[in-house]
Formats: sequence, C-alpha cells, structure tokens
Amino acid sequence: MAQKRRSKGPGPSQGELLAAEEDLAPTQSASQAPRSLERLSPAQVDQKVSELVQYLLVKDQKKIPIKRADILKNVIKDYRGIYSEIIKRAGRTLQQVFGLQLVEIDPRNHVYILVSNLPRLAVENLKQDDCTAKLGLLTVILSFLFMKGNAAKESAVWEMLRRLRVDPGVRHEVFGDVKKLVTEEFVRQKYLEYNRVPHTDPPEFEFLWGARAVKETSKMQVLRFIAKIQNKDPRAWSTQYTEAAAEEAAVGGLFEDVSTPGGASQGARRRT
Amino acid sequence: MATQMTDGHRRFLQVLMSHGIMEGSVARTLHRDCCEIHKVYYAHDKLDDFINVVNIHLQPFFMQIRKGMSEDDGRTYYALVNLAETEITKMASDYTENELELFRKTMDVIIISESGFASSTDILNLADQLKTKKMKKKEAEQVLQNLVQDKWLSERDGEYTLHTRCIMEMEQYILSNYQDLVRKCNICHSLAIQSQVCETCGIGMHLPCAGKYFKAQMEPHCPHCNEFWPHEIPEINRPDSELPSSAPRERRRTPSSGTRRH
Ligand SMILES: [Zn+2]
Ligand SMILES: [Zn+2]
Repeated sequence: MAQKRRSKGPGPSQGELLAAEEDLAPTQSASQAPRSLERLSPAQVDQKVSELVQYLLVKDQKKIPIKRADILKNVIKDYRGIYSEIIKRAGRTLQQVFGLQLVEIDPRNHVYILVSNLPRLAVENLKQDDCTAKLGLLTVILSFLFMKGNAAKESAVWEMLRRLRVDPGVRHEVFGDVKKLVTEEFVRQKYLEYNRVPHTDPPEFEFLWGARAVKETSKMQVLRFIAKIQNKDPRAWSTQYTEAAAEEAAVGGLFEDVSTPGGASQGARRRT
Repeated sequence: MATQMTDGHRRFLQVLMSHGIMEGSVARTLHRDCCEIHKVYYAHDKLDDFINVVNIHLQPFFMQIRKGMSEDDGRTYYALVNLAETEITKMASDYTENELELFRKTMDVIIISESGFASSTDILNLADQLKTKKMKKKEAEQVLQNLVQDKWLSERDGEYTLHTRCIMEMEQYILSNYQDLVRKCNICHSLAIQSQVCETCGIGMHLPCAGKYFKAQMEPHCPHCNEFWPHEIPEINRPDSELPSSAPRERRRTPSSGTRRH
C-alpha cells in the first residue's frame, strides 16, 4: 500500500500523527466516494473498528450469528467503502485481545460467528449455571450424532434423551422446554442443524452438527469425551476413530478465517 | 511490569465475558487455572495486576473489568463493564425504546426509595404510563424477567433492585444523573442503593457496611449525629478469603489487607 502522505488543509490532525504507524495513510488521488479510505483519518477508522468489535461482542453474547447486512446498517453506515478493511482489522483485534476468531460461516449470505481460539476446558464449568448445563446437554447430542454417522432422526434423539431422563415432552427444571431448546435455540445458535428428511410423509426431521459445533469442537474431542465416560480407548470405535483422525489431519480447511490476510470475501472456499 | 496479553489473560476475559460478573474467590480460582493452563506467571495475590493488563487492552473498546462490592452480601465481585454510551452498547441494542423507558423509570423508583427496592406492582403500574409506548402487564413482566436475566436488575420476593453488575457499570451515570437524590455510603463512600438511613441526619450505609461497623457495639449509634440507630443490624457474612476458592484454607494476612478498598 502507498505510503505517501499529503498534508491536509487546516493544520495537522490527530489522524495524521497516528498515520505513521498505520498503512492507511491518505493517497494523493482525491476520491469522490463519500467515505473512502483516502478521506478518513486513521483515528476515524480506528473508531469504526472499535465500534465493530463492540457490536460483534454484544451480538455474540446470545450466540446468534451476525449478518453482514446488520453490520452495515448498525455500525458501518457510510463507511461502506472500506468495509473489508474494517472487518479485517476487527477480526485481527478480536484475536489479539479477546482470543476470538471471526468466522464467516456462510460466505454466500455473509453470516459471521465468533469462536474461541482457546480449547474449551473443564475450567469454564466453574459456575454450574444453566448455561453450562445446556452445553452439557448439547455435548451429549453432538456425541450421539457423531456415533450414529453424523446424522440422526429426531425420534432417535428424543429416545436417547429419554433414557437420560430428559423427556422432551416434559418441562425440565433447568432446560425448560427441552424440545424448544434443542430444535430452536441450539439451531439458531448454529450448534445443530435441523432438517426435514426428503420424501417423508408425514414429515420426519433429522439433526446434524451445525457450523458452530464444527468450529468449536472436533470429532476427536467428542470421541475422547465418549471414551472417557465409558472408560475405553477411543480406538475401540475404529470407524469413528478413523473419521475423527482424518478430520484432525485436514483441520482448518472448512472455514475462512476473516482475520488472516487474504481471507474474507473473494477467496472464500465454499462449504460443501 | 509486563503488559503483554497472554492466552491466560484471554481465557480469563472470555470466561468473565460469558458470566458478566464473578464473585472474588471464583475469579481468583479462574486466575490460577488460566495461568496454569497456559503456563504463564502466576502469583495468587496478583489478580489485580493481571486484570490491569487486560484493562489496558480493553481501553479502545470502552470496556473495563471492575472490582466492586455487592450490596447484598458485602463480598467483592469482578465485572466486565461497558463504559461507552453509544447505540451499540448491550442495553441499547437488546431493548426497545419503551423497554428502556421502563427500566429508567424503575431505576428512578429504586433510587428514590429508602430501601433501594421497587415492588413489582409499582413497576407494572409504570408500564401503563410510558410516554414512548404503553406496555401491557404481560409484556412488562417479560421485560422484567429479561432485565433480571441480563443482570440489570435483581429480584427478591417480588421486589426489584439494581444488580451488582449494573451498579458497577452505571455508578458514574447514577451519581451524575441523580445527584441530589442518591446516597453515598457513610462508611465506604461509594454509591449506596440498598441502604439503612439515619432517621435524624439522613446519612446512609450499605447493609454489609452497617453490619461490620456496628458489630462490636452494644448500642448502635449513628456515626454522624450519634443518635440511636433504629434499624436491625444486618448480619455479616464471613469475609471472602484472598485465596482461590479451592485452595487450602490457610489465611495469610498482611497488616494492610484487613479492610477492603474500592
Ligand atoms: Zn458501604
Ligand atoms: Zn444520623
């Protein structure tokens, strides 16, 4: 990027003082675009990046995927011209300060989630609140799906939960409406996918791992979890072990990490 | 002193972010575990330094980890607070305009009341008088539930007060917007929402602060005007240990660590 700097009209701005450390210095070409990079001081850009980081963190609290359209409408506004620069820098900051990765889970519709870079560990279960209990339930369901070949009919999942004394038809003390939690909340949060099985009448539904589950955990992690509970070696399930090991070897290929150079839009590999 | 963020700091921040607020001993355990997992320097009495490093990096986002006292039990808490007053902050983006008005009116009632509580009946009556858009009783009940869940309010037997997390985040806002109405604790000098108030001179004290102050007195008297203190003296909880919660319970006290500073 050009390092040329042009002295602007009324005195040195704070932005110019900061410009030295950023490769965002204004170039000589006077652009007509209302908010192109050239017309903005680095301080203004920093401010937008900081706003975007705050916005993403707030939205992520409820684990709801964030649409690009909403980011543009609520944060970027008339900074559209430098959207990709802002999101790239927000992604970098999220990593450096918060240990979070900004991931585009749907490159076609531009939907993002934040996932932790730090492996999830027992330490986070310090406070046995409703939230961690829900994650426990989710882990059980993800394990079940993996062991059943990565998908299972809805009825099979309910049957499995009933055996664990979590009846989807009965209001649960911690989970409340179990059916709603599993088919709506976990699905909205992208932990699970819930699809109609084609050509079924009456319609039948099945569950699969959602994009957030794929990113936040791995088949190997889940297999180790099961092995630990059953006090066996993960290799005891040879089919699943082979699959999990293959995934481990290919890790990182499924998603674009927005914060890495050349990530973001164009180069996005499509998820199949 | 090192000001570099490590994965230990990041993990601490992530966990605190997902909980919003954490009791002191829980935070100390988390501090120890985060340092152990990521093999970074750990000293049990250096939690505040550890947090300062995080705070330096949070500055550009108008966020901060604050230490404060719960008005309910007098214990130390750590909370991640948002200092920005923009439309992006959590509250503004999660609540509609009339929901925010209901919250502000509830806050008025809580702050004006002597005890620091507003009854659900009072709040539901407010819902009917909102300027932005009136709210049905059922809707208002749901909003109250959300406010409790998001740690803006806390509820006890149908009475609502400001959540410790909310007080920690909004202390400055409350002090400047309710200047003449709001009380500062006569003992610890921070904002007091739930308090006991002297019937003669009007000074107030946090319940835990009053509990500690009057503990040794046979006949409680107001520290300001010396009149008889007419309230029931609150019981005080055992003070929280300075060590992580699961560590062996040996107490170490330096001469100056006896009192809490805020
Ligand atoms: Zn006090
Ligand atoms: Zn008095």
